[in-house]
Amino acid sequence: MPTLIDRRGPSRRAVLGGIGAAGALMVSGAAVLNPREAWGLEVSALKPETMRTLIVMARDIYPHDRVPDRFYAIAVKPYEAAAAKDPATKTLIEDGVVTLDTLAKARHGTAYADLGWEDQRVAVLRQIEGGAFFEKVRSGLVVGLYNQEEVWPIFGYEGSSADKGGYIDRGFNDLAWL
Amino acid sequence: MSAPFDLNDDSVVVIVGSGAGGGTLGTELALKGIKVVILEAGQRHNMEDFINNEWDSFAQLAWTDMRTTSGSWRVHKNFPNLPAWIVKAVGGSSVHWAGASLRLQEHEFKTHSTYGGLEGANLLDWPITLKELEPWYAKAEDRMGVTRTNGIPGLPGNNNFKVFEAGAKKIGYKEVSTGRMAINSEPRADRGSCQQIGFCFQGCKSGAKWSTLIAEIPRGEATGNLEVRPQSMVQKIEHDASGKATGVVYVDKDGKTQRQKARIVAVAGNSIESPRLLLNSASNMFPDGLANSSGQVGRNYMRHMTGSVYAVFDKPVHMYRGTTMAGIVRDEAGFDTKRGFVGGYELETLSLGLPFMAAFLDPGGWGRSFTSAMDGYVNMAGLWIVGEDMPQETNRVTLNTSVKDQYGLPVADVHFDDHANDVAMRDHAYRQGTAMYEAVGAVRAMPTPPYPSTHNLGTNRMSEKPRDGVVNKHGQTHDVPNLFVSDGSQFTTGGAENPTLTIVALALRQADFIAGEMSKKTI
Repeated sequence: MPTLIDRRGPSRRAVLGGIGAAGALMVSGAAVLNPREAWGLEVSALKPETMRTLIVMARDIYPHDRVPDRFYAIAVKPYEAAAAKDPATKTLIEDGVVTLDTLAKARHGTAYADLGWEDQRVAVLRQIEGGAFFEKVRSGLVVGLYNQEEVWPIFGYEGSSADKGGYIDRGFNDLAWL
Repeated sequence: MSAPFDLNDDSVVVIVGSGAGGGTLGTELALKGIKVVILEAGQRHNMEDFINNEWDSFAQLAWTDMRTTSGSWRVHKNFPNLPAWIVKAVGGSSVHWAGASLRLQEHEFKTHSTYGGLEGANLLDWPITLKELEPWYAKAEDRMGVTRTNGIPGLPGNNNFKVFEAGAKKIGYKEVSTGRMAINSEPRADRGSCQQIGFCFQGCKSGAKWSTLIAEIPRGEATGNLEVRPQSMVQKIEHDASGKATGVVYVDKDGKTQRQKARIVAVAGNSIESPRLLLNSASNMFPDGLANSSGQVGRNYMRHMTGSVYAVFDKPVHMYRGTTMAGIVRDEAGFDTKRGFVGGYELETLSLGLPFMAAFLDPGGWGRSFTSAMDGYVNMAGLWIVGEDMPQETNRVTLNTSVKDQYGLPVADVHFDDHANDVAMRDHAYRQGTAMYEAVGAVRAMPTPPYPSTHNLGTNRMSEKPRDGVVNKHGQTHDVPNLFVSDGSQFTTGGAENPTLTIVALALRQADFIAGEMSKKTI
């Protein structure tokens, strides 16, 4: 996890004390924190609330209950650097999140990321599906999430094989349940 | 004189492209003592450099120069600038191919006669028959080491094949096997046997799979008659006042424009680049593009009727382990209009790694329907459908003059709409593939849309009469006697079979023809 701040150690207890009803992701200063998974992510180009929303949105687009938040955070983290480099990207993302929150508040009186049920959030996402902001985040996740080698074992995918001699002696035909 | 050859050496045969067609043709000519220069747009990699990682390998090998798309095919919506998943490197798409090596069937050379008139389909009989091509198929199979030919045993079945075979047999299919594959099941031709690595599409790292990169080109180079120039992107074929080709203009690895003279030019850049090059070679004498008096250059673009079925079971399959495509059902390959369509299709095992499964299972899809399927990845089995699609004049490669490549030349636009026959065949294949998997306990089957095209065919098709196509039965253009087409763009129609074996057989046959004509001094 080189890209995220390791929050293990003394600060963890203090952070844990701050968990509210809003879920595992919280904003503290310029960082998004996940005390349960013991990491934090600092942002400067994007608002920390925006990064938090992107992480929630990433999970809502590609929900895998066995995949921890940190992998979703890694998948959307590049938008921080992209926003720092390109004002148009920054605007697209910040405005996209504002729209998302506006739509969520109109339906439920609550910001998108604070809606309690995935179904409620997904209904809001359906309203912006196909738009530039949604498509940027979704298409980025296809590689950003599923191409993380650390994620592969969760799905049972073993990755590179030639360096291990292929599967000729490692179960290419070990299926026995038929 | 031996390779390397001088730019002004006008006695060489210049071949554009080093894949199954160009790499084989160049090697065979070199073995016959003919001097050859192959100009390859991509880099040269060694098999040790291939990468067991789908996206990294894609960045290493895939043709990602700008292209555009149009038409109603879903690829246009999901992958607007990636009409084809093919290779830009020495060896061309023979580096990426899965190895399935099937002969076309007799009637597939005579589709117009066999299928009759079909509205919207520009069907035409090939100017050659299966019987004429059989000796060349035999030669190609021996050369490529195709399993189940020449006494070579079949490959062992992997986990994905076990599920595939059990399901196929359960619903009554008879012709089920690990197929005819140009992948060594035992050591042969100085190459070892398959290690069941599972990254066939990413370039075989053990060398068990035939490719022109490892199995042909080094043999040609050893003769001193073959020079391969990588990173050499051909821009234009030139001709003299008599209409004979005189050479090609290309941009070399340092970005310098060069002119290679030639006695003969053979175009083998795949069915997108080959017509693009002919069209970009338009001149005062050939205002519609070189070899295009018929107006057929770029038309009749075929990509095979394809699709996939992935199915999730309640127990692990690990489909990605081992040879990607060693598994085939041939029962649906024949001609039987009772199914509601002409032509036939093959069902072949296929797997994707997790990253590509995410990209291709349901492009654009999201939410729990998508992710619950992905959650079943380890329990997934998969097959690919490959069938004959109908040639249509309006499915075509054209020059998109409003979009230029890095050299300032118009890029190729690939337009495609399914024919109603393609749709009927795909629906049938989806049902059969689903039935196979459900017969052995699939809890969920997913009809998956076609990927960016891997079998690009037909855009410079063979015809008996010059008005019906671009090249004759030897791949020689009707209009320019010393200009040849040597790749899958020659195909008059597509057949139901993976095209590489036919491309290689045609290249071997063409090499004999060219050598004969050269000695007769007719070209």
